[in-house]
Amino acid sequence: MLSRTADNLYWVSRYLERADFLARLIEASSRIAALPKAYAVAQDEWQSVLIASGADETFFEHMEKADEASVIAYLAFDERNSSSIRNCIEFARTNARAVRTALTVEMWESINSGWLELKKFEAANQALGRIDREELIRFLEFVKTTSSLYDGYAYRTMLRNDAYYFSRLGVYIERADNTARVLDVKYHVLLPEQEAIGGSVDYFQWTAILRSVSAYTAYHWVYRESIKPWNVADLLILRSEMPRSLLSCADNIVRFLDLIGNQYGRHGAAQRNARQLKRRLENASIKEIFQNGLHEFVESFVTDNNRLGMEITEQYLIG
Amino acid sequence: MTLPCFDEMTTTAGAPRVLYRRIAEWLEKSPPGLLDSRRQQAEMLFRRIGITFAVYGDKEAAERLIPFDIVPRLLGRDEWSRLEAGLIQRVKALNMFLTDVYGEQAILRAGIVPSDLVLRNPCYRPEMQGHPVPHNVWTHIAGIDIVRVDDHDFYVLEDNVRTPSGVSYMLENREMMIRLAPDLFADHFVMPVENYPDALLASLRSVAPPTCPGEPNIVVLTPGQFNSAYYEHSFLADKLGVELVEGRDLTVKDDIVYMRTTEGPKRVDVIYRRVDDDYIDPLVFRPESTLGAAGLMGAYLAGNVTLANAVGAGVADDKAIYTYMPEITRFYLGEEPLLKNVATWRCREPDALKYVLDHLSELVIKEVNGSGGYGMLVGPHASKEQIEVFRQKLLTHPDNFIAQPTLSLSTCPTSFLGGVAPRHVDLRPFVLSGSDGVRVVPGGLTRVALKEGSLVVNSSQGGGTKDTWVLETDANGS
Repeated sequence: MLSRTADNLYWVSRYLERADFLARLIEASSRIAALPKAYAVAQDEWQSVLIASGADETFFEHMEKADEASVIAYLAFDERNSSSIRNCIEFARTNARAVRTALTVEMWESINSGWLELKKFEAANQALGRIDREELIRFLEFVKTTSSLYDGYAYRTMLRNDAYYFSRLGVYIERADNTARVLDVKYHVLLPEQEAIGGSVDYFQWTAILRSVSAYTAYHWVYRESIKPWNVADLLILRSEMPRSLLSCADNIVRFLDLIGNQYGRHGAAQRNARQLKRRLENASIKEIFQNGLHEFVESFVTDNNRLGMEITEQYLIG
Repeated sequence: MTLPCFDEMTTTAGAPRVLYRRIAEWLEKSPPGLLDSRRQQAEMLFRRIGITFAVYGDKEAAERLIPFDIVPRLLGRDEWSRLEAGLIQRVKALNMFLTDVYGEQAILRAGIVPSDLVLRNPCYRPEMQGHPVPHNVWTHIAGIDIVRVDDHDFYVLEDNVRTPSGVSYMLENREMMIRLAPDLFADHFVMPVENYPDALLASLRSVAPPTCPGEPNIVVLTPGQFNSAYYEHSFLADKLGVELVEGRDLTVKDDIVYMRTTEGPKRVDVIYRRVDDDYIDPLVFRPESTLGAAGLMGAYLAGNVTLANAVGAGVADDKAIYTYMPEITRFYLGEEPLLKNVATWRCREPDALKYVLDHLSELVIKEVNGSGGYGMLVGPHASKEQIEVFRQKLLTHPDNFIAQPTLSLSTCPTSFLGGVAPRHVDLRPFVLSGSDGVRVVPGGLTRVALKEGSLVVNSSQGGGTKDTWVLETDANGS
């Protein structure tokens, strides 16, 4: 297939996965921000949201203060933020339009309808002059639905060939990055020296992390006990049955890279390094990770995952 | 101004033609609200599918819909047979003309067409002189614009043999009708058009260069998603099952064209290009163009890749050459043209120019190289100022213009908010040429001028489209 087509498919998936993550992140953070003052958890909650979303560097070029209204506006609707939800949807649609022939009708229509809907939300915001909370909830819901629809249609309607594999790769590279970023920003509340009594202030941070990767319910199914920070870290890093864990993402990255390599009859640096990334996670234990530093572990994962993304680009997407 | 004209549904006596009897009944029975809601439904579907086009010079309307009219336009089997024979004849003549003009130039030497009209034509490509194209096919895809003024004759308004567009609307309009008016459709036994992509693929495969090693790799070359016809490009690539490439996806090495793939370079044999001549190779034509591929012309001239349509084909569809089509047809085929030409004054001829200047308010003035309804004057609908502007243009560059009488184009019933009334229409059938012959699918794109009395059907000027139904019965019902 054309390198450009593969590249576009890969990025449509990445943008929609990112939009979905941002929507969950905003939802989870809004819950924390709405807690009574007595819980006075995090003055810097919105600041950490900015860091987790990777928008902290550009934010202050355009905004003065990182409060709820400005951060949400910047992350959800700001055209100047290259990773805002609205830009993710717009870029996804632009990429999708460039490779319409590689998408099934259902995939295209889900993303095009999503884009048309986005325009309506934007018009409503503009008419109102601000972002209404109820409208925001509907918007975030819509973003998650759009992402899921595209994902589901890809799963249900695409031929199982390289086009599908590249589209899936985009999902998992992006998802791994998102999960790692949340962990990286919140690692301090997961450290075990913090007091871990049910209902402590940090409890709500832990649940927020779980919600941001839609793992709140899954946690209870896996551990069958109250929320403990090391379990949260374990779930998000090492649990292969948890679809957003780093291991699960790495597993899928290896799988789809291998399928590509098999189809083409040639494996390269991307396959080798993906396998290495996965092996490191398989061989790790949560105890060890905490001993050697959660922060360091996650940080090096983010770096390696980014490098893998670049290797995929070089090996396949430039041509 | 209302000209008396041929209405394709209703005779001057007020009764429906036999051909349209069921349509007339249907229109009578359907409350206007129903047609309105069907139209809205169609619009919603078109927008969701993304069948949109960009209007140049209008940024706000970046993605507009071409209005779709739910009332179909009908042709009897006998009417279509006559038209089809004429189209095949016309396209054969166009193709022979191109082979000759870029080869021996017999028609110029015989003095049938003035040499300077061809050789000094901006669409004439000297690079192609003496370079036969694969299988001598130049006009792989032709869109011939046809109008009617009575129930018998078909007139050619314009030949399009560069990169005619609109075929995706022909196909999508049919899908829409099947969905929105299933009973009406089932009652009519309409000749199918859905085999067009297969016919196109067969034509493209048949013209692969002789050097092609095995199964030809065919691609569609698009200028990209900001082009007004991008939807059509992606639609066609999808239906053909071939890659949709942009210039940046192509590279040329040792006169062989390759596309960049995830598995490395892959050889390309046939390019259905929707990029104009001027932009296909910065080394030969416009150096600033990023829409083509450097070296493409070299590969083409070396005979290693087929371009459809051929480079330089535009010299045949120019409006000045148009006026010679009857002579061109007789010259190559020794036959009388089956399709008529609209009477045309060539403003380059002093007598004609004088007549045109004296009758500006009655005539349609067209730029020889214009298209899409840009740069034309419709005399009877123009203001004094517009007429004066054209008078000056004509005096300065008479060579650039032709003039034609204001034809009273036929009308068809057309629905719009709150009613149905006759509107002027034309028809663009698509004619395919391969090494194995010329093919036409029964139908085409009917374009309709939505404004009352308007004769301009171009989508860029507010025209709409209709589905075109060729029936299995003759116009008189037999």
